[in-house]
Amino acid sequence: MIDTLTGLFNYWVAVILMMTGLYVVVAQNNLVKKLVGLGLFQASIFIFYISIGKVAGGAPPIIEPGVELYSNPLPHVLILTAIVVGVATTAVGLSLVVRISESYGSVEENDINQADRLAELETGDDQA
Amino acid sequence: MLLSLLLAVAIAALRLRDLFAVVMLFGIYSLLTALFFMDLDAVDVAFTEAAVGAGVSTILLLAALRLVGRYEKPHRHNPLLPLVVVCATGAALIYGLSDAPRFGDANAPAQTHVAPRYLSEGPAETGLPNVVTAVLASYRGFDTLGETVVVFTAGLAVLLLLGMSSPSPIPDFGSEDDQRMQRHAAKGLIPFILLYALYVQFHGDFGAGGGFQAGVIFAAGLVLYDLVLGHLHTRQVIQDGLLIRLGALGVLIYGCVGLYSLLSGQPYLDYSALAKDPVHGQHLGILLVELGVGLTVFSIITLIYYAFSARRVKA
Amino acid sequence: MTWQQHLPALAIILPLLSAPLCMLIGLRRVAWLIGVATNLGGLLISVGLLQQVAGGNVISYELGGWAPPLGIELRVDLLNAFVLLIVSALAFWVFVYARRSVDAEIDSDKQTGFYAGLLLVYAGLAGITLTGDAFNAFVFLEISALSSYAVISMGRDRRALTAAFQYLVMGTIGATFILIGVGFLYMMTGTLNMVDLAQRLPAVSETSTVQAGFAFLSVGIALKLAMFPLHLWLPNAYAFAPSVVSVFLAATATKVAVYLLLRVIFSVFGVEFTFAQMHLEYLLLPLAIIAVISASLVAVFQTNLKRMLAYSSVAQIGYMLMGIGIASAMGVTATLLHLFNHALMKGALFMALGAVVLRVGSVQLHQLAGLGHFMPWTLGAFVVGALSLIGIPLTAGFVSKWYLVSAALDAGWWWLVVVIAIGSLLAVVYVWRVIEVVWFQPPNAALAGKTEAPWSLLLPTWGLALANIYFGVDTSLTTGTAEAAVGALFGVTP
Repeated sequence: MIDTLTGLFNYWVAVILMMTGLYVVVAQNNLVKKLVGLGLFQASIFIFYISIGKVAGGAPPIIEPGVELYSNPLPHVLILTAIVVGVATTAVGLSLVVRISESYGSVEENDINQADRLAELETGDDQA
Repeated sequence: MLLSLLLAVAIAALRLRDLFAVVMLFGIYSLLTALFFMDLDAVDVAFTEAAVGAGVSTILLLAALRLVGRYEKPHRHNPLLPLVVVCATGAALIYGLSDAPRFGDANAPAQTHVAPRYLSEGPAETGLPNVVTAVLASYRGFDTLGETVVVFTAGLAVLLLLGMSSPSPIPDFGSEDDQRMQRHAAKGLIPFILLYALYVQFHGDFGAGGGFQAGVIFAAGLVLYDLVLGHLHTRQVIQDGLLIRLGALGVLIYGCVGLYSLLSGQPYLDYSALAKDPVHGQHLGILLVELGVGLTVFSIITLIYYAFSARRVKA
Repeated sequence: MTWQQHLPALAIILPLLSAPLCMLIGLRRVAWLIGVATNLGGLLISVGLLQQVAGGNVISYELGGWAPPLGIELRVDLLNAFVLLIVSALAFWVFVYARRSVDAEIDSDKQTGFYAGLLLVYAGLAGITLTGDAFNAFVFLEISALSSYAVISMGRDRRALTAAFQYLVMGTIGATFILIGVGFLYMMTGTLNMVDLAQRLPAVSETSTVQAGFAFLSVGIALKLAMFPLHLWLPNAYAFAPSVVSVFLAATATKVAVYLLLRVIFSVFGVEFTFAQMHLEYLLLPLAIIAVISASLVAVFQTNLKRMLAYSSVAQIGYMLMGIGIASAMGVTATLLHLFNHALMKGALFMALGAVVLRVGSVQLHQLAGLGHFMPWTLGAFVVGALSLIGIPLTAGFVSKWYLVSAALDAGWWWLVVVIAIGSLLAVVYVWRVIEVVWFQPPNAALAGKTEAPWSLLLPTWGLALANIYFGVDTSLTTGTAEAAVGALFGVTP
């Protein structure tokens, strides 16, 4: 049990962080905060992946004379890609939020949904 | 301890309603994550996380906040469904970890299968001591091409959504007198920032660095220029319409290096076709594609920043 | 290497690089031409690939010259060659159709970017279809996703923006789940290559990590393919996107996600693990049934025709999932057939609606009363597509439903047949609603003077509509390829 706790502590904290981020995305109303939550969620995945690659007593994977043990470079490569994908998503998301804000006057999800419902009632959507 | 700090920051971000503070906390979270990566021997990743996560994301979030409003409206929401979803996901994650190899185990499958080959043959086959760059740009170069296209796509999306031109004159902040000190300081700093960016670009083969980080730093120099010296000046240096074309050019450089291999009868992106000596060819190919990456990253980040900063705040 | 050997790489690179080329040149008509040419090339490449794998052999293309699992490989067999054919054919057809529709719905200064965005969506989908590396699939998934968000948001209604945002949030969660799943698998096997994973997973398949990895991968892909209850992003995204985007996404995006699910289930994890150990069918079948019935029901009450078709798509995806859930060769053949046929039917239906938008400016049913008198050909194509949707004999839709029913009966699940019948009946209801209003009601005064759709829209629409009939009558290409592909899938189980 102790072995499990210490051996997996890194991962468990990553899990808790993931859940916090996910909670923000799903539960929060403000669109900007949702995007922040998404970013938190993704950053925790990065911690998870990099933890997979760590070798106890290893060095960064830049080959130097005299160093025998290195950490695994593959997760690093994957996460480099994932970080860039994450920021690209954030940028697109924020552009959408800015346009939504200009169009609806609000970035709160319930306000926007309400405005949409009202608009649909006017144009006669819903009842056949 | 680092991890506990991260947790505290995350929970604080959850609870606060002042979005400016939330964004700042997000920046701190990114920086702490970067520090954590250093601790885990992931130097390239730490570099990128600090530049991209703490740097670019924070700037974009702040730029968006300027346009949409700083405070979150209070809202009574029913937390039941989100809590159920989150707890179920968390439980699945923890369950999944129960059989996982222990943290730091050198005999875990991940460490014993493909990775040792990268570490032992990488420098010999590609000519680079930085194995991460070797894997990123050569062994898994196709992924990186995809990643560069993702950056380009984001720029395209922002361009389509926000456009570049502003209907009314952009306020020129840089000409105010009380900004004189910042202007002089910036003018001194910016050349060094750009030089450092070039250093990172080319040194990425031997130490931490590479196209992505270099592109971000270069863009950061330009953003600083814009913030302190004003929009009009900056847009004289680099015009709006040029940026998406530079971004496109970067992707095309990367793609065409691969095409050269293809036309030489080798598989796409096989750099050994670029020179008589395969290792030489690898090194050349990696240099070229990293250039393409750096060009695209720099121009797209600048483009996105331009788009956000040029947007007029609605009254 | 001969140029024929380079086809897998070219299939992806051609659209991937032509998008930045469009932006470099910056002229909208040229961009459209580049798009048409690129996708024509893509279609020819996919035909070539299908011919190369027709005998049952598998092509492995080592990108960068590095053999897997060291490098990334593209792996083409009958299954993904078939899927690529569907996607590339629709991409080409949509571009041919696009010019007038885009002119009507999108500002001219954004059109170049729009065409580039469409090319990127296609490039991403092609990448997912042909790759043999799990992480590479994630990267291309994000390429197609980001460009989808961009092109969806360009719809004229402001709800396109919220639809795109909702899709972004849900899609990113899905992609991140896929990333988690891949991470778990990597932890236990040390590889990202699909074939290598298939070889190494059985040794560790009892571990909780692999099971969790499977769960996260499945949920992530389920989000992308709009499986009930994770389908919430789809109706608004299809309804408010520009017509061209609705046609393209409805016909291709979810299909590729279904392909990815098939690949993960059959080629990576294997039938044994998925159904005997993890009992995925206990999840797939109930959700598929709910999808078919509830989505069809909701479709009946929609007044926005595009939204109606979107809910119909959710139901059709339910049919595809049913085929997988039955877990027999015939069931999966039905799924593959429906993949092909649904692309044809929804393509034709959305194209017809795009023409209506061009002429009338709206797809609200009550505003279209009597439109049949003014646009008989357009709505005729709509009717043909709708017949295929219901599954009338002699249409493509009938063929896939027939296979699905046979598979269900073979497995002894006759009550599934009842569900399929109810779904088809509901389809009749919501289709008849449209026909009744459009042909049998007195014309709406606002419609006076509306003319038939232009040839450039009408011809492609009818092309797809007639394809529905052609492939309903001559099923040799589709059923032959599908059956061979499935045979290979089931034979490759580790």
